[in-house]
Amino acid sequence: MNNDLQQENYDRRKFCQSLLGSIAFLLLPIQSRAAEKKNPNRVLVLGNGYIPSDHYWGMGIDISKCIGCGRCVDACKMENKVPREPFFFRTWVERYRIYEDDETQVDSPEGAINGFTTVPFGNHVIRSFFVPKLCNQCDNPPCVQVCPVGATFITEDGVILVDSDYCIGCRYCVQACPYGARFINPFTSTAEKCTFCYHRVAKGMAPACVEVCPTQARIFGEIRKKASPLVRFIRMNNIGVLKPNLNTEPKVYYADLDGEVR
Amino acid sequence: MKTFGNKFPQQLKRLAIVAVILLALLVFMRRILVPSDFGTFGHFRASAVEDIALQKIQYAGQVVCLECHEDIVGTKNAGYHKNVACEVCHGPAAAHTAGEDTVGLQIPTSRAHCLLCHEYLSSRPTGFPQIVSESHNPMKLCVSCHNPHDPRPSEAPKGCEACHATIARTKSLSHHVYVDCERCHTTPEQHKINPREFLPSKPKTREFCGGCHATETPETRGILKIDMNTHGQRYICWQCHYPHLPEG
Repeated sequence: MNNDLQQENYDRRKFCQSLLGSIAFLLLPIQSRAAEKKNPNRVLVLGNGYIPSDHYWGMGIDISKCIGCGRCVDACKMENKVPREPFFFRTWVERYRIYEDDETQVDSPEGAINGFTTVPFGNHVIRSFFVPKLCNQCDNPPCVQVCPVGATFITEDGVILVDSDYCIGCRYCVQACPYGARFINPFTSTAEKCTFCYHRVAKGMAPACVEVCPTQARIFGEIRKKASPLVRFIRMNNIGVLKPNLNTEPKVYYADLDGEVR
Repeated sequence: MKTFGNKFPQQLKRLAIVAVILLALLVFMRRILVPSDFGTFGHFRASAVEDIALQKIQYAGQVVCLECHEDIVGTKNAGYHKNVACEVCHGPAAAHTAGEDTVGLQIPTSRAHCLLCHEYLSSRPTGFPQIVSESHNPMKLCVSCHNPHDPRPSEAPKGCEACHATIARTKSLSHHVYVDCERCHTTPEQHKINPREFLPSKPKTREFCGGCHATETPETRGILKIDMNTHGQRYICWQCHYPHLPEG
């Protein structure tokens, strides 16, 4: 009896020891990964001294200021050498017309690169407005999740970029984007999208669409810095984002966004 | 060692050699194919950020325009177009600012260009200046009346038109449309405040009309010329011709 009890004690001790040992062993790689990530010495610095981790970019769009002139669409194509064909857009403008009978009409003739034309305006339209659209630079980007090769990624300043040298043109990201912001460039056969004009931002300039907007309907700036005009814009306006239910956490903020906008 | 080796059948040992070679090949190919900086800052090629940031700039930004065109940017920034960047109309200017004067920029003068923003669209925000181009001087260029660097709404109500609208409307249909009221009627400034006390002048003689319409006057520009000596000497011009609509 006594002997049996001792045997039992011995087994339990051994069991506990080996359990602790194996847990420690299993946690080892996680520990080393975490140590690797937290290493403060590894900060990406670009050639011109721009440090992405010092910034966090976002864009505000004031719907009530947009006049639908399409200058942003034109400037974007000029700046980023986007093909002129009317189906490749990094940014485009949509016109919403909401009728009394709950019907909503959306049009964007050639992405509004040549502006809009008057349409016979029925008596039943309740409200009508323009919505400029672009890549929402999601904090939780579906396109990055699906990329099989790591060609699209989120930088430390919150911008989603596409590495066109590494992209294999599989179109997964085009399918995954809920905002239709991506397309395949017909010349390079790689995915392309709005980069917030990363080459301009890295030089301290505003994106081309923000630069040319004649009514200042687009505001570009830092999200996390208190003194940023964008932070003020977000504070002063009734802000909405596109498709919030998808939990993509977009960083393009719309002021006075109508519920009908999808 | 011998006993360890004998534990496995020979087929398995041979297979193991193949497996080791394949594994070595995999490691070797991965080393070649995967860029060295892949995964340094995340699941991507770290140098891609630099590559993207090196893209050439097309739009130079308004600050650069100011360096040379101080006067015209100053005019623009004082007017209603103060928020409209130069490159909205003149196009991307990075090549122009880098190559100095060798690369010219576009100077759009067509009505279509202005109408991109100013044509009436029901979707545009209330209060934004818009026109219906069909009825707003359809034959004229916008720039013939409005200075794009300092645009203003036309001066309404106009000095004379405010009270004498009928005459102004009649005159706008006639060949005298470009003749200012002041050309024939010298108007004292107080006329606007006290019209009955301070009346504008009226032409008194035939020679006043002859100033433009006599054969000997040098100015032509399609002005109808008459010989003042033979054409109805006994009458003053406006006994037969209504000056605000001479065709009538």
